[in-house]
Amino acid sequence: MSTGIGYGDGDGVGPGEVLLGDATPDEQLALTADWGSARRRRSVGPRLGPTGWLRWTWRQLTSMRTALALLLLLALAAIPGSVLPQRATDPLAVNAWIERNPGAAPVLDELGLFEVFSAPWFAAIYILLFLSLIGCVLPRVAAHWRSMRAPTPPAPRRLDRLADSRAWTTGDPDVLATAEAALRADRWRVTPGQGSLAAEKGFTRETGNLLFHIALLLILVGVALGALFGWKGTVIVRAGNGFANTLTQYDSFSPGRLTAPDRLPPFSFTMTDFTATFERDGSQRGAPRSFAATLAYRSEPESALEARVVSVNSPLRVDGAKVFLVGHGYAPHLRVTDSTGRVVLDDTVVFLPQDGNFASTGVVKSPDAEPQLGLQGLFTPTAALNEELGPHSTFPAPDDPAVFFSAWTGDLGLDDGTPSNVFTLDTDGLEQIGLSAVRPGETWELPGGAGTVEFVGFDRWASFTISRDPGKGLALAAAIAAIVGLSLSLFVRRRRIWVRVDREPGTDGTASLDQYRVQVAGLTRSDSADVCAEVDQLVAQLGGPTDGEDER
Amino acid sequence: MTLAAWSNVFVYASMAMYALAMVAFAASFASARVGPAAMPTSTRRGADAPAKVGVDADSDDLAVVAAPRDSAAGVDGAGQQEDPAGLAAAARTRAQARGASGSRPDLPRPESTEPLPPGRRAGNIGMSLTWVAFALLVVALLTRAAWAGRAPWGNMYEFSLASAAAITGVFLVVSLRRDVRWMGLLVVMASLITLGVAVLLLYNDSPQLVPALKSYWLVIHVLAAIVAGGAFTVGAAATVLYLAADRAERDSAGTGPKALSGWRGSIRSANSGAAAWVAARIPDAASLDAMAYRVNAFVFPLWTFAVIAGAIWAEDAWGRYWGWDPKETWAFITWLVYAGYLHARATAGWRGRKAAMIGLVGFACFLINFFGVNLFASGLHSYAGV
Repeated sequence: MSTGIGYGDGDGVGPGEVLLGDATPDEQLALTADWGSARRRRSVGPRLGPTGWLRWTWRQLTSMRTALALLLLLALAAIPGSVLPQRATDPLAVNAWIERNPGAAPVLDELGLFEVFSAPWFAAIYILLFLSLIGCVLPRVAAHWRSMRAPTPPAPRRLDRLADSRAWTTGDPDVLATAEAALRADRWRVTPGQGSLAAEKGFTRETGNLLFHIALLLILVGVALGALFGWKGTVIVRAGNGFANTLTQYDSFSPGRLTAPDRLPPFSFTMTDFTATFERDGSQRGAPRSFAATLAYRSEPESALEARVVSVNSPLRVDGAKVFLVGHGYAPHLRVTDSTGRVVLDDTVVFLPQDGNFASTGVVKSPDAEPQLGLQGLFTPTAALNEELGPHSTFPAPDDPAVFFSAWTGDLGLDDGTPSNVFTLDTDGLEQIGLSAVRPGETWELPGGAGTVEFVGFDRWASFTISRDPGKGLALAAAIAAIVGLSLSLFVRRRRIWVRVDREPGTDGTASLDQYRVQVAGLTRSDSADVCAEVDQLVAQLGGPTDGEDER
Repeated sequence: MTLAAWSNVFVYASMAMYALAMVAFAASFASARVGPAAMPTSTRRGADAPAKVGVDADSDDLAVVAAPRDSAAGVDGAGQQEDPAGLAAAARTRAQARGASGSRPDLPRPESTEPLPPGRRAGNIGMSLTWVAFALLVVALLTRAAWAGRAPWGNMYEFSLASAAAITGVFLVVSLRRDVRWMGLLVVMASLITLGVAVLLLYNDSPQLVPALKSYWLVIHVLAAIVAGGAFTVGAAATVLYLAADRAERDSAGTGPKALSGWRGSIRSANSGAAAWVAARIPDAASLDAMAYRVNAFVFPLWTFAVIAGAIWAEDAWGRYWGWDPKETWAFITWLVYAGYLHARATAGWRGRKAAMIGLVGFACFLINFFGVNLFASGLHSYAGV
């Protein structure tokens, strides 16, 4: 800082600022001062006791260099989470990956690479990063507080050495007071001096910087609140059927660590209708165009029934929770009788879509039938059959629906109480008795008089994610604060203007009584024209020469 | 002819203009020569032309603005008491305020009385063609929007068109404030490649949207991401040129990488030669670094906003504001690396080349996020249809 009037001295920004030498300090986003190197020098000693080591560790941790390394390390650590399938988003893909790679998978699993974002090493990095942030921000809050209260350094003797300086002579004895009033009216912080004044503006730069970093902490708090007290569940509801918000009705439910799953908000709904439309023409034929589920819901068991269409991007808000439509499929209505003619099933069965044309697979298990019956079904909304693909669907809408069945008899293994997947049929020990395609209204007589399967018709089902996140309001507010703070810290410039008024030296060397020499100069830490324009404006307000007409 | 077909015509016309602009910029770049002789410092220019006081009205470049004022002060000072030292001090102060080593500012603006410097005319033609290409592309997007009745970035094809427009748009906005013809070649090439990929690989003839995209957040979130993408690209172009200029400056100062023998030596000296060739045609390293920083500092809050707007949308569409979907993960990685870039510029020992390298890594992450995730990863963002 060869000018000697730079921002480096005495404005409380911190010792590191001096180390920045001739860099453009204005370009520094944030925790600009290199705290580490400034402090490290002080902490060098012959021997460090336990507190000395703690102090040393803390200084290392809160240095910019460490923060930078942790930022990049966190970025690096997140990469496997996008390359490998993750249990939190797609557990089935994880299992499939592990089956394909039996060699590497156990090692990767042990390292937590299928749960990167909840892995201890990932948490360690961001916790260290936030500790570093706290350790950096807190001293800077104090320094900023002092700096806003400290007077601006007085006007240097030679204002004309500054880049943006102007000088002229006036007969107005109140020019300094005029300048002060004008600057104050423009919300400059003015420090009056002897025959001079110093004005400063742009403290919001550092305020924004600190706000940004504190807001990041608050986002983390919001995320943590959600993880502790929120919950999320998914459920499949067939058209015409209902759902009540209790734990047992969910297909899957993930509570936060401190959630009370027995005290969920007591709303309920019935899906009265579901519609889906698809692109019929062009290269995007078959692409989904709209999904809509009509729900009749009660926010409390005693409250009135209300109707609401829930679609993608348009969830239902009820009782502090949100109900999102996340998927849909077909549920063929099947009527199954056994060899004795008894009806063992007369209901819609959820089939899970396997491809974009909604070829969907489903299973019927009838352990009470005589003999025990197992059915594997492939529902195709627009059925087609060829040698290459076998039975398949050519369009996702139900233009020509059919179910392709494979029937099995034998011990289904459901009597011993072991849990089994309702969407798959374990055919070990079963005997296949026949294959058939069935259209709506048709009945398939099973071979050997084992029973009948009637494809009565079909309905739709929709899957819903229902969640509550008590931390998201805080996270959103903090995110907005972060953007505001970040913008202030990057776009506001801290700048100073000095005005000096001296009596004009007369021709005989004595000071003249009614002529004053006015000098105005501005300084920013960067090559911004901002202060230049502000100096121009002030000069104009003081009746100084217009641009380029300096007089001496 | 449908509006969509008209839109395609405008896209092809725009691509033709980009190709011509690329030729013009290449010719300009090849013949331009910006040495100390051809490129007076602002101080020298001010001293040479003291009569030309007055601020170049359409420029806010402090160097240009300050030069006449300084020269006037210096000349007036000389009239009183011969003060060349004062002028030098003023120049020094300004150089320090600018954070530059202070030898070369941006290219000088042409003076009507002087003959055009080499490559100047081709550069002007390139700029004009770029404006035309940009206008045609904007018309193509507007026609497409009118045809589809929605924001023209509903699938990867339209998204790429809009990204190409954003790259050029950011460049043109910067060009209004300072002379960046030297960057034209890189920017036009980036836009043209993006358009080529869009037309050849990503073409999509559907006006409809998948349900997940039917939201007003499509306008907000995706537009922010597209503009950020344009600015990231311009910032990366400035960073690449900064690295070349820095290499040439270190070579000429004798602080560059040491000479090696064998084939590695050949590569190194070839690199030095290329860097020197390029550096002779672009501003000095310090100004390029400052410019890259300005663009990236502008884009960082915008990217932050794009990510947060995406989170708000995700909360509405999928029931959670952050779920580590591959697109989200890479947006986060990009954000972290650019945050690292901004911090590195303020960290002793990381300023300059190392920070620039981090900036380029950030741009690579951004490209992975924009294209790689849609092409190679399956996630919630893969609806857009490649």
